[in-house]
Amino acid sequence: MLTRRNLLRTAAAGGLFAASSALLPAWARSATAGNKGIFEVSGNAFDLTVGHSAVEIGGLSGHAITINGTLPGPLIRFREGEKVTLKVTNTLDEDTSIHWHGLLVPFHMDGVPGVSFPGIKPKSTFTYEFAVPQSGTYWYHSHSGLQEQMGHYGPLIIDPAGTDPVQADREYVLVLSDWTFEHPHKVFSRLKKDAAVYNFQQRTAGDFLKDARENGLGATLADRASWGAMRMSPTDISDVTASVYTYLINGHATEDNWTAIFNSGERIRLRIINASAMTIFNFRIPGLPMTVVAADGLNVQPVETDEFQIGVAETYDVIVSPTRARPFALVAESIDRSGQVVATLAPEAGLVATAPLLRERPTLTHRDMGMDMASMDHGSMAGMDHGTMPGMDHGAMDMAAAVPQGHDHKMGVGVDNVAMVQVSRIDEPGLGLESVPHRALRYSQLRSLTPNPDTRAPGREMEIHLTGNMERYMWSFDGVKLSEVTGPILFHEGERLRVTLVNDTMMTHPIHLHGMFFDLVVGDTDHKPRKHTVIVKPAERLSFDVTADHVGDWAFHCHLLFHMHAGMMQVVSVLPRNAATGADDPHRDHTPSDTPVSDDPPPKEAPMTGMSHEGHR
Amino acid sequence: MTRAQMIAMLVVLSPVTAAPAFAQETPAPGSQAETYWDKDEFKASQDALKKEHGGGTNYMILADRFEYQSGEGSPALLLEGQGWWGTDENRLWIKSEIDYDLDTSSFEEAEVQALWSRPIARYFDLQAGVRHDFEPGPSRTYAVAGIQGLAPYWFEIDGAVFLSDEGDLSARLEAEYEFLLTQRLVLQPSTELNFAAEDVPELETGAGLSTAELGLRLRYEFDRQFAPYVGVNWKASTGETADFARARGEDTETLSFVTGIRVWF
Repeated sequence: MLTRRNLLRTAAAGGLFAASSALLPAWARSATAGNKGIFEVSGNAFDLTVGHSAVEIGGLSGHAITINGTLPGPLIRFREGEKVTLKVTNTLDEDTSIHWHGLLVPFHMDGVPGVSFPGIKPKSTFTYEFAVPQSGTYWYHSHSGLQEQMGHYGPLIIDPAGTDPVQADREYVLVLSDWTFEHPHKVFSRLKKDAAVYNFQQRTAGDFLKDARENGLGATLADRASWGAMRMSPTDISDVTASVYTYLINGHATEDNWTAIFNSGERIRLRIINASAMTIFNFRIPGLPMTVVAADGLNVQPVETDEFQIGVAETYDVIVSPTRARPFALVAESIDRSGQVVATLAPEAGLVATAPLLRERPTLTHRDMGMDMASMDHGSMAGMDHGTMPGMDHGAMDMAAAVPQGHDHKMGVGVDNVAMVQVSRIDEPGLGLESVPHRALRYSQLRSLTPNPDTRAPGREMEIHLTGNMERYMWSFDGVKLSEVTGPILFHEGERLRVTLVNDTMMTHPIHLHGMFFDLVVGDTDHKPRKHTVIVKPAERLSFDVTADHVGDWAFHCHLLFHMHAGMMQVVSVLPRNAATGADDPHRDHTPSDTPVSDDPPPKEAPMTGMSHEGHR
Repeated sequence: MTRAQMIAMLVVLSPVTAAPAFAQETPAPGSQAETYWDKDEFKASQDALKKEHGGGTNYMILADRFEYQSGEGSPALLLEGQGWWGTDENRLWIKSEIDYDLDTSSFEEAEVQALWSRPIARYFDLQAGVRHDFEPGPSRTYAVAGIQGLAPYWFEIDGAVFLSDEGDLSARLEAEYEFLLTQRLVLQPSTELNFAAEDVPELETGAGLSTAELGLRLRYEFDRQFAPYVGVNWKASTGETADFARARGEDTETLSFVTGIRVWF
């Protein structure tokens, strides 16, 4: 309860932190430092300087790589269709870059060193110039080394050329991120040595006793044995956890109490951006329903919810309309629930919302391992031997399911698991949110506000597996790290194709395709949600349709920074219409000649071919 | 060369010389940005991109056991550690075991291995290289072949065979397991078995199982990298190796209490 004395005390604390937040750009300042949630449009020429800065996080000082000296960087805001010029000066001693996440720029302006340009050399200035045919909430960040983890990111808003279908009295940008006082190279290097180095939520002897009491000794032993046999851990959810991270909202830790103010009855637009390096968040405002109006920058048909999981690099715009004049907690909790960051939405500055307690950590199940044999023949477990899995071969399409089964990706030492039972999880809210006592957003609820621009049926289908070896901390697509790939994935200008992602790992991966929006296959509709980043859940089989209309080379990767750094990245090359097709395209034969492409998501249970089905009832 | 020959040669060469010009107009997939930037600079960034995403080099240095042993035998200091350096695919792997007797101020055992390590399965590396024993007895050099990795049910396994420069064949098997009593309190049982193919009197080793060791260590991980521990270690020589020990008037079995730290970086 907030007493008058508490109010006074927190007001004093707010004053204490005002000094540090004065260094922040206006949009990221707390209400105590004058942010009223109303911005001005900033024009179309921007000067950005990348450099080293000292920052204060939760009362401690750290070293960051920043844009214009602040963490997060400045809000870049301009109008749809206008030509913008962004001059980026690199004052570092190393290369840098800025990638405009989700923006449909010409590919040589996309800002990925080694894919779209050579990078920005130390002590030099690079000028980006483009006009984009889109509006909404986006962000920008470094694509060089691990700079993104050190603070090199900021929000970007494009105002629509016409009237915004989303009207609000105030708006706030919420940039969620993860901060560590350790150098990111050290963090990565520790993961390489011991992949569980940051996991302090493992199952212990105490958990064993508790489970044995609840489920019986035999069942508990069998459970431990099945995980042990696979050498996998059901608590392997986040590689980097709150044991080394401080989670931030607009550069503020929980104790900094970033505050947004409102007047009762107002419509407030929150533009939520997950700019983390490694943290997928669950976002909620206890006691206040949210109406999702945009996803990844593009408007969606309004859908009301109480919580959503936001993958790294995703953005959501929500409208909230608090009618009671009391403080609300803006809560971003890490997916493994090792930590959270809380900010305040209050009728006046100086209040502190009550932070909810951390909820119990979720654990993975055999379904996440792609081994949910509940409806299958248990005797077929012999199929676990990867080398002899007949399903790994092409051509065997004896399944009645309307999706091509089987895939011929590399089964090297970098692949520790193959999802035997691939499932559509598009109608699930994400790990740990299945059983919350309120509404949680599912991708299947999203519908684009406007009809999809290209409703052709895909002429070609491609399957890409998300693969990895947690123990060795190796991550890849189709078992091949970027350091080992022999050629890019080929798209052809003008073609409509379906990309099916299969997550063979037990981790949740936010997958990002540069340069084009893709239409998430959520059912038979011409209002598919259009996204630039999509969460692929463990053992999930998910499809999107995409029109290859932007010629050029585009990065395609897992947006968990250290997964990308470990190799989970590829280049998608959209070739001009008249170009000769590459002879070494490993995906060129993936056209499913016999299988019609359907708009229905893959069936709930889609076992791989080659599995024994006698005994399947 | 006749005029006709020259013309014929030009005809043959012309498609070859024309090819690079064509390649410049349509850059290779994945290199389309070449047309916008300095070609060499872009190529350098492409190479860096590939190397940086999955091609990196890492290292680890682990002092698994750095401990003081006391009990039935004479007090001793033991260092058992390993380290590696390299990529995911190829690593230089160094292992060392040093046992120093504090009563006699001498090395009971001093051994170093330098191995090349390569993953051969999801959880196992194949290792090959050399081992040199400075102590005990006359120094020996061995050729080594082994596997190291994680067996089902989370057993850490290290097994190797050794062939000495004298032609003696021996083998060693080590296994460890970790029970998490809490998130930071870890109980680690371990075992080491040494085998010899024949008697080697100079090394006081008999054929068959020569020595066996069992350990139980309880450590507290302040963080994962730094953990002090206490424990017990039981070591026994068997068969003819035990006879050699008895002949020297030594115990064939020793039980030690150990205090040490496990640290990696």
